[in-house]
Amino acid sequence: MTTNLAYQDEKKSNLRTRLVPGILLVVVGLAILLLFGLNIQPGLHTTFGLTPLGDKNVIPIPDLVLPVQSAIYVLVLVLVFVGAWQLARGVRSTNLLVGLVAFCFVAAFLIWAARGKSMDLVGMMNTSLVRATPIALAAMCGVVSERAAVVNIGIEGIMLMSALTSVMAATLTHNLFVGLLVGMLTGMLVAGLHAVLVIRFKVDQIISGVAVNIIGTGVSSFISNRYLESHIDRLNNSGTFPNVAIPLLVKIPILGPVIFENNILVYLMLILVGLLYVVLFFTPWGLRTRAVGEHPKAADTLGINVFMTRYVNVILGGCIAGIGGAYFTIGSVGRFDRIMTAGKGFIGLAAMIFGNWNPIGALGSSLIFGFADSLQVKMQILNTPVPTEFLQMAPYIVTMIVLAGLVGRVHPPAADGSPYEKQ
Amino acid sequence: MDAKVTQTNPEATKSAGKQRQSSKLLQTLLVPALAVLTGFIIGAIMIALSNDAVIAAYQNFFHAPGAAVAATWKAIATAYGALFYGSIGSFSEIYHGIQNYFATGDRKPFLLAIYPFTESLTTVTPYILAGLAVAVGFKCGLFNIGAEGQFGIGALCSAFVGYSLKGLPWFVHLPLALLAGAAGGALWGAIPGLMKGLTGAHEVVNTIMMNYISYRLSDWLLNGPMKAPGYRPLTPGIQDSAMLPRFFPDPLRFNWGFFLALAMAVFVYWFLFKTTIGFEIRAVGANPDGARYAGMNIVKNFVIAMTLSGALAGLAGATQVLGIDHWVGQGYSAGYGFDSIAIALLGQSHPVGVVLAALLWGTLRSGATRMQSLAGVPTEIISIIQGLVIVFVAAPAVIRWIYRIRTIRTETTVLTRGWGK
Repeated sequence: MTTNLAYQDEKKSNLRTRLVPGILLVVVGLAILLLFGLNIQPGLHTTFGLTPLGDKNVIPIPDLVLPVQSAIYVLVLVLVFVGAWQLARGVRSTNLLVGLVAFCFVAAFLIWAARGKSMDLVGMMNTSLVRATPIALAAMCGVVSERAAVVNIGIEGIMLMSALTSVMAATLTHNLFVGLLVGMLTGMLVAGLHAVLVIRFKVDQIISGVAVNIIGTGVSSFISNRYLESHIDRLNNSGTFPNVAIPLLVKIPILGPVIFENNILVYLMLILVGLLYVVLFFTPWGLRTRAVGEHPKAADTLGINVFMTRYVNVILGGCIAGIGGAYFTIGSVGRFDRIMTAGKGFIGLAAMIFGNWNPIGALGSSLIFGFADSLQVKMQILNTPVPTEFLQMAPYIVTMIVLAGLVGRVHPPAADGSPYEKQ
Repeated sequence: MDAKVTQTNPEATKSAGKQRQSSKLLQTLLVPALAVLTGFIIGAIMIALSNDAVIAAYQNFFHAPGAAVAATWKAIATAYGALFYGSIGSFSEIYHGIQNYFATGDRKPFLLAIYPFTESLTTVTPYILAGLAVAVGFKCGLFNIGAEGQFGIGALCSAFVGYSLKGLPWFVHLPLALLAGAAGGALWGAIPGLMKGLTGAHEVVNTIMMNYISYRLSDWLLNGPMKAPGYRPLTPGIQDSAMLPRFFPDPLRFNWGFFLALAMAVFVYWFLFKTTIGFEIRAVGANPDGARYAGMNIVKNFVIAMTLSGALAGLAGATQVLGIDHWVGQGYSAGYGFDSIAIALLGQSHPVGVVLAALLWGTLRSGATRMQSLAGVPTEIISIIQGLVIVFVAAPAVIRWIYRIRTIRTETTVLTRGWGK
């Protein structure tokens, strides 16, 4: 009976993994044709700027000019062809297909939206990276602590506190690096509170995270209301980290101006992502962390200190989220406003799940959110008929669709969210 | 020893059982009560620390220690006094108001005196409903962070029905507007529930995503299709026939919404504890594998629980529109999401507990504004106290450790789970 059920389940899921993406591809292809392909006068061109204007560090390269109609037809054909292939034969990687759909749709949309005009593609990609930075840092915080099986949904609260303290410290000492350091320490402190609650007192992890959010929001708004708003120059006016062009690397066409001409926090984020990836998967510490996250009892038996590992990871995660918090103030506007993180901590968590608890994957999904964010700004400039609010919804809808499609393929650490009882 | 036990008469065992039961009830209430007390004590410390006069007094503590203590006491007493006055009112004013009414027939002083109290009850109304929404989710093992979005959509839907339909009698229009709010919220809750059931996509992320979608949707609606003529992004005011009737003349906004909320609490209690579907929902929440093995349909229960949860949150939005504001503006649902989670936790996900927790929460929120204007303490102090209360309620061990309470064995319930399960 059970084997029969399991067999049916498998058969159903096989059918689903083949049919659903195939139909999706064809449908999206046709949708692109209907939405963007039909009402175009032939002869229109879209220009994508590949060199930022007025940037002397960069070797100029010619712009990319595409004929609108044929470019869209090509994209539609690619989608329909791959969709038909998928229906007939089946391609293994759903990831690849979803990526293709997203790429074609976005490309078609951009070509259509900027028809007859030019668009600074490099600038937009740069903005995407910058906007993805706090999201990615929040996601890294999530990855580090959840790999040790501690769910931390208090990232939002941690980031708010760090944003506040870093701008205050930076303004008082006139030194942005002191601000960054204080932000990191604050993050560690607040995450430490979460750690003590969930590890020592075994509070439900989600509840403790909610409490951290409420307290973080409350304390930062309280201090801002009581002190910062009346002493702006003394406490809340720090300036921001300047953009630093990295010599030589910035000369690389396209990649140079996108990646190697940012402020230090963006570099720090990229380095952290790489470092975490290596550390998590290729060092003894990473192995221990993952063991604690997957099977704490086994890890304990082998002599790993489960509680200590969890404390270290959660507090380290807090440190990373602290950098993310500092980004909001000393990394971008130089001033604290109440509730300025605006849900980035939660989006970071979505990026972490989306990226399958892997630092690189989480960075990738953060970039998607960052791109959607910058797209919406660009669309306002280009004056497209689509209301910006709908463009702003897009990343959230995409997340939901992807999460629904990814099922069975995201694997949270097995012990995620459960406290450990030593016996 | 044995003989003694066998010889005890039934009366004694009965009273002992009663005693044990009452001590258990006391224990259940003791921890939340001490949690609230501790939250207020820490809040008092923060009030004192952020008061300039107190800081100044402590700078010459060694010359005049009495003055420092007096300044501290004054700061705390002023703040909490204002909080109390702002949320409950003054008893002597109410007393004089009643006296005055009987002497002269003038209702005005009385109404002014009960204004803070009725205003608190008005604030409590959406908190009861939104707290119930989250509690229903918890009972099914689902963590609905999306009450805020469901609240917002519910408010928009009921406002739309409220202003667009004209010429209906109130007994048709008002229920219709309330239903529209509930339906909007239900839809917004059902989608994540369905996705959780069908594909396993985690409801926490999906409800957060639905929140953001609802903010953008409401931004668009308020600046476009639903915008009233004028500069500000507001909906038109609703028709009189769709308003929840108020009990008192104008500055007092206390209305039928409060009793609707209480009725919904009774309904949720009945639904969860006296019906088969409610039992299934609780079974799925307690042990999904067990429920599945017993032949219950997990997907169905997820969808029902999230639909009910969303409907309650949407109804909260509807009561706010139909009873209080009569229009919807931007950022209408801000803050309700987290507050409702906190209320559900504080009320231990039980309808009665939720009502009590909402009473406390709404009263504090309502009094906080007064505290800010009278004592200069930012309203955010309430958020801090609330966060602390949640911590202490969720970690009874901390409270027991502080107050040296003997540990008794109580059933622990798993409220939430990790992402994957």
